[in-house]
Amino acid sequence: MATESMQNIYLAIPLAPLAGAIVAGLFGWKIGRTASHVVAILGVAIAFILSVIVFNDIVIDGAKPFNGTVYTWMVSNGIQFEVGFLIDKLTAVMLIVVTFVSLMVHIYTIGYMHDDPGYQRFFSYIALFTFSMLMLVMSNNFLQLFFGWEAVGLVSYLLIGFWYTKPTAIYANLKAFLVNRVGDFGFLLGIAAVLMYTGSLDYAEVFKAAPALEGQTMQIFSGHDWSVMTVICILLFIGAMGKSAQVPLHVWLPDSMEGPTPISALIHAATMVTAGIFMVARMSPLFEMSETALSFVIVIGAITALFMGFLGLVQNDIKRVVAYSTLSQLGYMTVALGASAYAAGIFHLMTHAFFKALLFLGAGAVIIAMHHEQDMRKMGGLRKYMPITWITSLIGSLALIGTPGFAGFYSKDAIIIAVRESTIAGSGFAYAAVLIGVFVTALYSFRMYFMVFHGKERMSEHTREHLHECSKVVTVPLILLAIPSVIIGAIFVGSMAFGGFFGDAIQVSTQHMISKEVTHYFDSWWGLIAHSFADWPVYLAAAGVFTAWFLYMKRPDIPEKIQQRFSWVHTILVNKYGFDRFNEIFFAGGSRMIGSLFWRVGDEKLIDGLIVNGSARTIGWFSSKVRQIQTGYLYHYAFVMILGLMLMITWFVFR
Amino acid sequence: MITLTDYLVLGAILFCISLAGIFLNRKNVIILLMSIELMLLSVNMNFVAFSAFLNDLAGQVFVFFILTVAAAEAAIGLAILVVLYRSRQSINVDDMNSMKG
Repeated sequence: MATESMQNIYLAIPLAPLAGAIVAGLFGWKIGRTASHVVAILGVAIAFILSVIVFNDIVIDGAKPFNGTVYTWMVSNGIQFEVGFLIDKLTAVMLIVVTFVSLMVHIYTIGYMHDDPGYQRFFSYIALFTFSMLMLVMSNNFLQLFFGWEAVGLVSYLLIGFWYTKPTAIYANLKAFLVNRVGDFGFLLGIAAVLMYTGSLDYAEVFKAAPALEGQTMQIFSGHDWSVMTVICILLFIGAMGKSAQVPLHVWLPDSMEGPTPISALIHAATMVTAGIFMVARMSPLFEMSETALSFVIVIGAITALFMGFLGLVQNDIKRVVAYSTLSQLGYMTVALGASAYAAGIFHLMTHAFFKALLFLGAGAVIIAMHHEQDMRKMGGLRKYMPITWITSLIGSLALIGTPGFAGFYSKDAIIIAVRESTIAGSGFAYAAVLIGVFVTALYSFRMYFMVFHGKERMSEHTREHLHECSKVVTVPLILLAIPSVIIGAIFVGSMAFGGFFGDAIQVSTQHMISKEVTHYFDSWWGLIAHSFADWPVYLAAAGVFTAWFLYMKRPDIPEKIQQRFSWVHTILVNKYGFDRFNEIFFAGGSRMIGSLFWRVGDEKLIDGLIVNGSARTIGWFSSKVRQIQTGYLYHYAFVMILGLMLMITWFVFR
Repeated sequence: MITLTDYLVLGAILFCISLAGIFLNRKNVIILLMSIELMLLSVNMNFVAFSAFLNDLAGQVFVFFILTVAAAEAAIGLAILVVLYRSRQSINVDDMNSMKG
């Protein structure tokens, strides 16, 4: 296709959802509910169709990547601040993922938010989110990346607090906002460091200038030389830790489940939280230059993958189980990045986006049917009431745990193998973590599955009478998401995971490349399935499913006993390792203490007491002394006058 | 022979007496007025003495002016005093301290 028309398409992709957001947001009250969702869905649908065209052009026809500036915002001291697009294979994949999941969620929302008074507002927000996310992934410079980064954060904040009369929702969105600020602080410092050392914000120029920084050091604290590249990469990764919810900045993600379920699926599972993964993959030329940063990445990812999975085991809220599963899967992606398997990380990002959005929307469908009851202990046996939700959730769960043949299997296996082959410091720990993680994932996924869809019906009589499958707008997206959750892995594993699919978009230095002997298994999707039975993960996943079946179907009394026997473990897990408590006491309490210190000492004592009231008091004291002189008696005044006169005369005479 | 110094000493003594009258007087506003008159007279004494010794009549002319002014001042002062007494029912100096801050 001609370059000119392609450029128009690039521009139209983010602008179509933006137009939808503006119309639904500003004029929604006037045009009504139906027109609002039509216009928002239309915007996203256009973006999706155009994304498919771009994907076809870049990936299938193999067109050259596009890197160009659309608009120069300003030039300051020779530094260009631009709005520009970099469309390569990485972007093309992200475009498809974002617009497809977003479109599904838009359609699903018609059913989920049907009775909500904030209907138009919701559509406006999610369309705005789609715009922001597209700006983020299409960016060709750090500034626009940061714009998208903050814009998705803002929309996430708005949507977590969508039900703004709920105190827990307000608490959760504030928490998300504050925790993300911590990450953004690092991210912004990283961007500033990039600008300082390379003099540019443009990706291409930064990557060109980066090799010259190899071996350069900087001093943050005097006397300690730190590699510039390591500092930049770790700072950028701190940004990714905030957005992609890695330990210890993960605390906001479980609480973000206070928002409506469609946005949990879109923002807090499929797209926004993967922005950090995408960013690190995009910055692969930088990260490849710092072993230390990669080790940091892999260790953080491994901790997240394993320990957040454990938390999923004790949650009873259906959405929170999926949320912790998301955290754990984000940990897997991060581990892949740390092992320099950026392609595998992005591959998992893509498959995860489909099956996790599916799981969330499935959970949402259950919640609708249960009349907004989210406690799994009050569910059970939903299989016969909601067949479509049941089968699609089963597909999502199977994909999540990595059942051979399903999408998650390929991407997760690619990560596990990449970690096993990695020689970077911390990869041993990470390998153990991801292997145990497979078992834990299977256990909590199927614990949820069995508790919701099988077993005894534990809901109230009233709820049971009203149980029925949801309407078409809910089930159709589930089915449409279930399809890629099954097949997308097999389609792309050969090219994407190890086949150099991304071309120049992702760069891996030669010493981090995985040897050819390992990758020859992955030439075909069936080869990988065949090979998987000779390795651990499949059996671990099967063991997890079996354990879940045994504990929650066969002998539901055992979990109770385990809980009593190991109550300290249970307490630790229910308290989420005390992160929240620590943050509340140390950071929130600490800053409140500092605040009250400044208030009591700084403001009340120093400013009010000493400077403002102090000066007034001093003058008052002084004038009270001076007032004594003014007695009002005539003879005193006369005396002073004479005294003055005599002093003057004395001075005249004797000077 | 009475020298200029003697006259000036007399003038100074008169001035000091009147000064002391102003300070030490705690009782009566009339005494204040009298002290002021005495102060003016001591000044007149200096004028007359210098006029005589310097053979310059201007000094004695001044004395007449001062006497006239003093007479006027005494008249006004006494008038004020009468009004003061009417409003305050007192001419005690210690009662008059309303000028303090």
